[in-house]
Amino acid sequence: MIEVRNLGKRYGERVAVDHLTFTVRPGVVTGFLGPNGAGKSTTMRMIVGLDRPTSGTVTVNGRCYADQPAPLQELGAMLDARGVHPGRSAYNHLRAIAATTGIAKRRVDEVLGVVGLHGAAHRSAATFSLGMAQRLGIAAALLGDPGTVILDEPVNGLDPEGVLWMRNLVKDLAAEGRTVFLSSHLMSEMALTADHLVVIGKGRLVADVPLAEFAALACGGDSVRVRSPHATTLRELLAGPDVVVRAAGNSALEVTGLTAEQIGARAAGAGLTLYELSPQRASLEEVFMELTQHCVEYQSTPDALTAGKASR
Amino acid sequence: MSATGLSATAPRDLGAPRVRRVGSTRVTFAGVVTSEWIKLRSVRSAVLSLFAAAATVVVLGLLLSGVKSGGLSAQEIGLQAGGDPVSTSLGGVNLSQLMIGVLGVILITAEYSTGTIRSTLIAVPRRLPVLWAKAVVFGGAAMVCMLAATFAAFIGGQALVGPAGASLGDPGALRAVVGAAAYLTGVGLLGLAAGVMLRGTAVAIGTLFGVMYAVPALFPLLPHAWNDAVGPYLPSNAGMAVISVTRTAGMLSPTAGLVVFAGYVLATFAAAALLLKRRDG
Repeated sequence: MIEVRNLGKRYGERVAVDHLTFTVRPGVVTGFLGPNGAGKSTTMRMIVGLDRPTSGTVTVNGRCYADQPAPLQELGAMLDARGVHPGRSAYNHLRAIAATTGIAKRRVDEVLGVVGLHGAAHRSAATFSLGMAQRLGIAAALLGDPGTVILDEPVNGLDPEGVLWMRNLVKDLAAEGRTVFLSSHLMSEMALTADHLVVIGKGRLVADVPLAEFAALACGGDSVRVRSPHATTLRELLAGPDVVVRAAGNSALEVTGLTAEQIGARAAGAGLTLYELSPQRASLEEVFMELTQHCVEYQSTPDALTAGKASR
Repeated sequence: MSATGLSATAPRDLGAPRVRRVGSTRVTFAGVVTSEWIKLRSVRSAVLSLFAAAATVVVLGLLLSGVKSGGLSAQEIGLQAGGDPVSTSLGGVNLSQLMIGVLGVILITAEYSTGTIRSTLIAVPRRLPVLWAKAVVFGGAAMVCMLAATFAAFIGGQALVGPAGASLGDPGALRAVVGAAAYLTGVGLLGLAAGVMLRGTAVAIGTLFGVMYAVPALFPLLPHAWNDAVGPYLPSNAGMAVISVTRTAGMLSPTAGLVVFAGYVLATFAAAALLLKRRDG
């Protein structure tokens, strides 16, 4: 469990993280989403105590990370794949980390196996591809068999096979009851991996919702696309106080404020031929873009409202 | 991919979440020392630099002693050997301190430039044990290598000088030999502390040798009274006082020199510790 409370970080004049409040729960994969520069990495660095918050607190299982007597057992982190001395082998890199807390060599071999790096264990890290470095970073994060795992952009640099492997790995980690927190700037990746989303933009909380409810956050709501040879007549027919009808070219209309059923019934009532009647769901990607670009203040779910109160 | 043994179907034997299968997981100082020892040993360039710094003490000491004995002509190899036979045989210290100082800097700045520092500080979030453990491991390794080197340089050097040479039993000789190793170790530790404070390799090396070489070189340009009053207390001069057998005017006594030099090392470590603890990693 990671609890972020009113967390803030400024670098001089620049505010990187602005009064963030959210909780990352065990047993599910929580995606940490935001455009580049939104403050994801800074937040993760504060979770593991690399950066000192300007305001607020962040705890891992109820304790500040720096005060953990057995840090690697509480939390495993991969913040940047390229974090290995190029002159050192993968095995020695892990051995050095393991030695701090007396983790046995056997466990080093074990995690090298878990990430599929057994064959490259004694090669110098300079010869590693980004994908291999990424796997080594995961191995380091798993060394202490931690209850919480945080991964910064874990699929960066992985080939399709590696991406699939990573998705399964994080799901398995969560299924075992661990707290899994991973960041990405790719909504499409999160849609396939995460159960819960924490979205930030410009350092502020934008949404804290289950993935299933994320699409509903779109500011505009869903629209319906209608194509008909009688577009002009249809337009007048559908007009109403809460209805917006836009021409979508080629005798098509985009209607918001009415369901496909309502439109179909009215068209039938007026005897108008329809060629197409299709509800348009905003893609998760579009919702994400909309939220992070225009609706930074948007807080409509219970979780987000709690967060909103805390930030005022 | 297959050549590297990477596989999407790698076994995922992660175990049940709350059953601890990895043994002790508390951070201990002994553990951090072991970790730093693994780090030092596992980068070949670091080990080679340490050996090279030690070899420099021996090789230069022997060459200088050879020149002093007349066995080698000063014109032939372009080395001038002055002073007493003890100092002559330890003459390699001047060059070796550059090498060990650079190594001390790089041991920590390489962690910053490669990003290893993040895994280090995540594993030891209290941070300071890392600094002390690095000092223990690097200081220990440097002291052992340098003691071997200064003894070898002294014994070999005196053998070359022949009957006019000193023996370890002579007044101040043993102290100079041990002092030279301690001084070199101290310069390495100064480099380490400078690296922690400044984080960048170039700026840390520049600062270290600015203080060690450039400042003493500028001092004679100051008014005599200043030079005489402050000059002996500069780190390089205080350190050299430990090594000299004969007392030179304008130098501290060996004991005072050692105390002052050790004071510099401790002070830079205190500053390094403060910065490491307080700033963003």
